[in-house]
Amino acid sequence: MYSRTYKAIVSVLPLLWITLFLLLPYALMFAHSFWAVRDGVIIHQWNLENYKALFINPLYGGVLFRTMRIAAAVTLCSLALGYPLAYFLSFHSGARKELLYQLVIVPLWVSYLVRGYAWKTILGSDGVLNGFLQYVHIAHQPVGFLLYSPFAVVLVLTHIYTPFVFLPIYASLEHIPRPLVEASQDLGAGPAKTFLRVILPLSMPGLLAGATFAFVLSLGDFLAPLLVGGPSGTMIANIVQSLFGAAYEWPLGAAISVCILFITVLLLFLTERLEKRWSFQ
Amino acid sequence: MSLANAVAQQPERIIGSPLLEIRAVAKRFGSRDVLKNISLHIASGEFLTLLGESGSGKTTLLRLIAGFEQVTVGEIWMAGERLDSLPPHRRRVNTVFQHYALFPHLNVRENVAYGLRVKNTPSSEIHGRVDEALGMVKMRDFAKTKPSKLSGGQQQRVALARALVNRPQLLLLDEPLSALDANLRKQMQSELKALQREIGITFLFVTHDQEEAMALSDRIALLRDGALEQIASPREIYANPVTAYTAQFIGQTNLLRGEVRNGEAVCGGLRFPATGESGAALFSLRPEAIFPSGKRLLAATDVHFRGIIRKQIYGGSSELLEVHCGDGQLMKIRIPACGPLRGEHEFCFSPRDAVRVRE
Repeated sequence: MYSRTYKAIVSVLPLLWITLFLLLPYALMFAHSFWAVRDGVIIHQWNLENYKALFINPLYGGVLFRTMRIAAAVTLCSLALGYPLAYFLSFHSGARKELLYQLVIVPLWVSYLVRGYAWKTILGSDGVLNGFLQYVHIAHQPVGFLLYSPFAVVLVLTHIYTPFVFLPIYASLEHIPRPLVEASQDLGAGPAKTFLRVILPLSMPGLLAGATFAFVLSLGDFLAPLLVGGPSGTMIANIVQSLFGAAYEWPLGAAISVCILFITVLLLFLTERLEKRWSFQ
Repeated sequence: MSLANAVAQQPERIIGSPLLEIRAVAKRFGSRDVLKNISLHIASGEFLTLLGESGSGKTTLLRLIAGFEQVTVGEIWMAGERLDSLPPHRRRVNTVFQHYALFPHLNVRENVAYGLRVKNTPSSEIHGRVDEALGMVKMRDFAKTKPSKLSGGQQQRVALARALVNRPQLLLLDEPLSALDANLRKQMQSELKALQREIGITFLFVTHDQEEAMALSDRIALLRDGALEQIASPREIYANPVTAYTAQFIGQTNLLRGEVRNGEAVCGGLRFPATGESGAALFSLRPEAIFPSGKRLLAATDVHFRGIIRKQIYGGSSELLEVHCGDGQLMKIRIPACGPLRGEHEFCFSPRDAVRVRE
């Protein structure tokens, strides 16, 4: 096979990368979460106070719970949008398939920040949407909850992550051999039964991968709540950011990060097992 | 009388009333005519084969009947009911797909039960019928296996059971044996034929393999460039091909080009009595209808010619000779195996075996 020199040369860069940018930061974060801050200085005294604070202080638990609720809502909304879109494109778009596919992908090239600001101008109290609602007399004064609310965060994150959900679902739908769909019809199943009994089960790996993307990416998001969340839309990453920033509470911030990391890894582990159960091709 | 003609005159298997009627069907994809004005009846209980090269339209015709494609022109009727306006899931037709198309997420039993389940058949009935269908194809021991764990032949049997369990009026088979290796293929052919006899379901079988078509079918419909070239029993289509294309596609043949005048055909150096209208003519003469002159009893009408053996291909029980006749005509001659031959020999054939064909 390959010589040892070759193997060494090929593996040194990736290993270096993983050590420098993955293992080392995680180790530092993990260590920090067991340290403390006294008189504005981080002292390397091992303790569990940070984790205790996490459970005792209702602020952190509350925000973490809200974050998971927002992430779940984003996941459901982007599945509700992404799946039908992927289904339509894969099965019924005919010759326009390539074009439509590109149109779904194009927003991914536009900066997240730009899209976030765009929503700000749409949802604001003198924004485009409020202007329209008043123009058609649905609202008589600006609707407040549109911006700076969990609703706005879910809306923006759904907009941003729907392509991420769309992509794996589309890929798994494209992988379904078309004769299977014909076989189902041939055996007497109409479109609805064919969808439920053949297409949906066979696209499950893509659906799970998409749902995981949406949930995990939303869980760690801090830009959307920063731009459109307001105080009621604050998410856990904003807390972490402020703890590492102005508050100078690195150890507590690290403890929260470890918790989020734990939730994420657990989730990835579970969905991977589920995906394996549903993969047949 | 020659052998080929004698067998052609045996009575055909008696078959029932028409089950499927294809009435002047045409199919166009864009600007391409895939099927041109096809009319065809399939009798109840018949084993009919659509035979043709790839691109001849045979699979398209099958897909029109299954409902996966829509006819451009014409109508398809089955048992007194207009078929072509129904969606595929409402047609009492089932298909065995070329690559089986078994559902990978379901085991063998669930695959076979699929058709009954989606039609809300009571589960007590499903159980018995699935067992029966699996028994029919000898796959009961594999009921809990996933398709990916089965061999090609086994997948083929499951695909067959999955279709037959629904007791369709018509079973469509789209080159079902083409993915199997030669030995298994022969075995599946005979099992398929036996099964069809036993259950009496009408089979419409698509293949590009003329030997397979000959071995299985009650009748063969030969398609060429989207048009029906000839439809007849295997014996009839072999003995009496209507066109040169049919004669060449089904088995091997020699095409003799010449002229008919005053009841006599003149093809190069060959002269033999021929009926039909005068003018340019084309005859098909099967290689096995030609004999070395010494090897058979002389008949007064026999046509004799001499030729030089150019090639001898040994085929076990028989040999195929390529013989150069004086006039430039190359003749393929099949004779019983006889050991190496060379030089010039005399051959003969009966004029009755020279079948006049169209271009």
